[in-house]
Amino acid sequence: MTDRETHWAGLMRAAIRGDDGAYRRLLKDLAPMLRALASRGLARHRLGSEDVEDVVQETLLALHLKRGTWDERQPFSPWLYAIARNKLIDNMRRRGRQVHIAIDDIGELPDGETTPTAGLNGMDAERLVSRLSGRQREIVVAISIEGASARQVAERLGMKEGAVRVALHRALRSLAKAFRAETP
Amino acid sequence: MNTDNLIAAIAADGAAGPPSIARRMAVALGIGGAISGVLFAYSLGVRPDIASALQTWRFATKLVIVLTSFAVTLWAAARLARPDANELRTLAVLVLPLAMLALAIAGELALSSPATWPAWAIGSNSRLCLISVAVLSVAPLAALLAALRAGAPRLPAMAGAVAGLLAGSLAATLYATHCVDDSPLFVALWYPPPIALATLVGAVAGHRMLRW
Repeated sequence: MTDRETHWAGLMRAAIRGDDGAYRRLLKDLAPMLRALASRGLARHRLGSEDVEDVVQETLLALHLKRGTWDERQPFSPWLYAIARNKLIDNMRRRGRQVHIAIDDIGELPDGETTPTAGLNGMDAERLVSRLSGRQREIVVAISIEGASARQVAERLGMKEGAVRVALHRALRSLAKAFRAETP
Repeated sequence: MNTDNLIAAIAADGAAGPPSIARRMAVALGIGGAISGVLFAYSLGVRPDIASALQTWRFATKLVIVLTSFAVTLWAAARLARPDANELRTLAVLVLPLAMLALAIAGELALSSPATWPAWAIGSNSRLCLISVAVLSVAPLAALLAALRAGAPRLPAMAGAVAGLLAGSLAATLYATHCVDDSPLFVALWYPPPIALATLVGAVAGHRMLRW
C-alpha cells in the first residue's frame, strides 16, 4: 500500500465523517492524477485531448455521488480507478467509439505522474451548467465560481441554508445526469 | 466552469450523509422481505408439521440449499453494486448452491427407487410453487433495484440480474417452508423457473435503471 493510498483513504474517511476541508483537499489532490489518467486513456485510443477535462469533471462528480459504494475497509485507489475507467469509457462511447479496456489496462499511475493544468474548462460542463434551472444555476455559480458559502448564498437569495444545500445537491445530480445524456 | 469551480461546489455539498450501499441494500431487503413475509403468512404460511419435517433429510437439505442460495446471492449482489467488483470471481460463488443441489439429486437417485422418481419430481403442487416464488420475489426485487440506484455497478444488467436472483432466493426460502414437496428432484425442476424469471426481470430493469 502506497503512502498516497493511505493519504487519500484517510482524507476520504475524514470527509465522510463531515470534514469538508479534508474533502476539498482530497478532490484537489485527485484532479491532476485523474487528468493524467484521462489524457493517457484518450491518447491510447487516438482521441484528442479536448475531452480530458470533461472526463475529469465527470469522474469527480461520480466519485461524489457514488461515494456510498466505497467500502471504508477496502483500499480507496482501486475504487477510484474503477470509477475513472467507467467515466472514460462512457465518454468515448458517447463519441461513438468502440472501446474495449481490459480490467487492468488503466493500472496504477507511478507516483508523481500528473498533469497539473487545473485552469482548463470542461466544455460540456460549461454548457451543462447553463442548462440548469434558474435557481440551481444561481446557487451553483455563486458557490463554485464566486466562492460563496451555502450560508452566504442563503442570505443573498432569502432561502434557508438547508434548502440551498438541497438545491446544490440536486444541481450536482442534474449535472452528472446531463453529462450522461450529452451527445456531441 | 473549470474543475476547481466544480470541486468547490462538490466540497460545499460535503461527503457526510448518505448511507453506504450495503446499508441501503440491507434496508431494501428488510422492507421487501417484510412485505413478502406478510403476504406469505397470510396466503400460504409455514407448513404445520415443520418441526418433524426438519428431522427429515429432504426438507432439511431443501432449506439449506435455498438459504445458501440466499446467502451467496446477497454477498454477490452487494459486491456487484460497486464499481471495482471482479465480476467473474463474484459470480463464481453462485456455483455453491448449484453444487449442493446436484449433490442432493445424486443422493436422492442413490437412495430412492427409480419407480418413485417421477412422483417425487412432479410433486403435489408444482403450479403453486411456480406462482408463489414468482409473486413473493416482486417486492424484494423492486426494493433492491431502488436501493441499487445509489450503486455504481460496472455492468448494470448483471447487477440487476443478481438482484433478481437474490429476490428469487428469498422468495424460494419463504416458499420452501410451506411446500411439502421436499425431494431435490422437485426443487431442481420447479424452483429454478420463477427464480430465472426474477433474474431476467432484474437484468432488464438493471440495464435501464442502474446506469450511472
